[in-house]
Amino acid sequence: MIETRQLSKRYGEFPAVDAITFKVEPGQVLGFLGPNGAGKSTTMKMIAGFLNPTAGSASVCGHDVVDDALAAKRLTGYLPEGAPSYGEMTPRQFLHFVAEARGLRGGQRAQRVDEVIERLHLHGVLEQPIETLSKGFKRRVGLAQTLVHDPAVLILDEPTDGLDPNQKFEVRNLINTMAKDKTIIVSTHILEEVQAVCTRAVIIARGKILADATPAELEARSRYHQAVSLTTTNLAGAKDVLSRVADVAAVEYDKITQRLTAIPKPGRLIFGPISELLKAQGIPVSELQLESGRMDEVFRTITHGDLGEDLAEPRETFA
Amino acid sequence: MSNILTVFKRELASYFATPVAYVFIVIFLLLAGAFTFYIGGFYERGQADLLPFFNFHPWLYLFLVPAVAMRLWSEERKSGTIELLLTLPMTMWQAVVGKFLAAWAFIGIALALTFPIWLTVNYLGSPDNGVIFASYLGSFLMAGAFLAIGSCISACTRNQVVAFILTVVVCFLFLLAGFPLVLNFFSSWAPQGLVDAVSGLSFLSHFSAIAKGVIDLRDLVYFGLTIAFWLYASAVVIDLKKAD
Repeated sequence: MIETRQLSKRYGEFPAVDAITFKVEPGQVLGFLGPNGAGKSTTMKMIAGFLNPTAGSASVCGHDVVDDALAAKRLTGYLPEGAPSYGEMTPRQFLHFVAEARGLRGGQRAQRVDEVIERLHLHGVLEQPIETLSKGFKRRVGLAQTLVHDPAVLILDEPTDGLDPNQKFEVRNLINTMAKDKTIIVSTHILEEVQAVCTRAVIIARGKILADATPAELEARSRYHQAVSLTTTNLAGAKDVLSRVADVAAVEYDKITQRLTAIPKPGRLIFGPISELLKAQGIPVSELQLESGRMDEVFRTITHGDLGEDLAEPRETFA
Repeated sequence: MSNILTVFKRELASYFATPVAYVFIVIFLLLAGAFTFYIGGFYERGQADLLPFFNFHPWLYLFLVPAVAMRLWSEERKSGTIELLLTLPMTMWQAVVGKFLAAWAFIGIALALTFPIWLTVNYLGSPDNGVIFASYLGSFLMAGAFLAIGSCISACTRNQVVAFILTVVVCFLFLLAGFPLVLNFFSSWAPQGLVDAVSGLSFLSHFSAIAKGVIDLRDLVYFGLTIAFWLYASAVVIDLKKAD
C-alpha cells in the first residue's frame, strides 16, 4: 500500500509537487499521467525515498519514507526514469549486486536472480556489459532489478519509454501479471498505456492532482463519450442525416482519417437513431463505430483547462 | 557493515572492468620508478633506504588520486545510477564509505605493487624495514586523505573534468598548507593562531613525520579526521544536490 498526505516538494519558490494526497491499495495499478514537468517523477522519487519532501508525508505499507526509510525501501522496487544501471557490469553481475544490497543471500539470491532473468528473457545477454545492450534490453535489465526482491510495492517511472511496440506490449503484460498482489504506480505520457495496464488514473499538472478516476470514468468525461464515427462515400448525405438526429450536438469531419463524428448532447444515446436513419436513407457506410471517449482529448482538457480546444487538431465543425 | 561490503565489492570490481585500473596502475608504477631512479638518485645516494621513492608520492598522488576520485560520485549523478544506489535499503553513510573504501583499496593495490623496490633495497643493503613500513602506512593514509577530498568535490558536480581540476587545486593547497605559498596568503591578515592552524593542516609535514619512521598518534589522528571530515562533507553535499 502507498499513501501520501499533502506531499509537497519545493525548489526555492517553485512548487514542483503541491500537496498531493492519494492512496493506492494492493491489486491496484495507478497510472500517473501528466505533461512533462508536471511533478510525476518528483513524486515518485519522494515515495521511493530518493528525495525528501519539503512538506507532507508518504508511506509504503505503513512505513514512513523519511522516518522509517530503510523499511520502506526494503518493500519497494523502483525503476528510475531512463532505467539507469552500471554500464560496465553485465546483467548477471548487476542483478546479483542489487540482490545482495537487498539482503538476499546464497541460494535464495541465485534463485531470485534466475527467476527475474527468466521473467524478463535476459538469457541471451547475461554476460555482455550493459552499456553494449540495446535500449529494450537495458530497460528490461532495469525492470528485472526492481523485481529481484519480490517487492510489495513497485514504482515504475516511464517503464515503456523508448521501447518498440512489441517491447511495450511485453512490459505491459508483465505489469498486468504482477498487478494481482502488488501495489503499482506507473508514470507515463502514453495514454493508451493507461487503458492497457491501469486500474486507476491520476492526472497531475503543475504539481497538483487534477483528476483521479478509473480510465473508463475519464473517458466518460470526453465530449466524444458515446459519440458515433462513420466512414462513407456519400459525405453530404451522411452529414445531412447526422444533423437531423435530435440528440446530436455537433458533427465533425476529420480530413485526415476522412471520418465523420457525431457528438451527442450530454447523457444522450445516438447510436441507435443514427444507424436506423442511415439505413432508411440508404447511405452507404463502410464503418460505423460507437466511441467510448478520447483519452487524449480528456487529457488536454484537464491539463490545459480551456486551452484544450485550441490545441486540438483543426477540424471542420458543423452545427 | 554488509551494505558497505556490497558497495565496496561492486565498486572495486568496476575499476577492473574498465581500462581505468590498468592504465592507473601502469602509469603509477612507471612514474614512481622514474622519479625514484632518475630524479631521486636511488643508486647514486648509495644509501639503503627508500626516501627517494616516498619523497615523490605526494606529487604523484596530486595528479593520480584526483583521477581516481573524480568518477566516484559525478559518474553516478551523470548516469542516474545515484537514484538507484540511494533507493536501495542502505544509508547514505554506507554508500559513501563503501565507495570511498573501494577507491582507497584500489590505490592500496597500486601501492602494494611497488613491492619490487622494497625487494631491491633489501637485496642491495640492509635498510630499516620499520621505517619503510611506516612510510608505506603514511603514504597510504595520505592517499586516503586526497581521495576523501576528491570524493566530496566529485559529489559537487556531474562533470568529471571539473571534479578533477578542482580536486587537484584543493589537494595542492592542503599539500602545501605549511609552506610560504599558502601561509603568506594568510599571514598578511589572519591572526597568528589561524596561520599556525593552517600550517598544521599540511599533508606534507604529517606525511614526512610518519615517513621518518615515527608513527605518532597525532599524525594518524590527523589523517583519520581529515578523511572523516571530507567523507561527512561528501554525504552532506550529495544530500543537498540530489535533486539537481
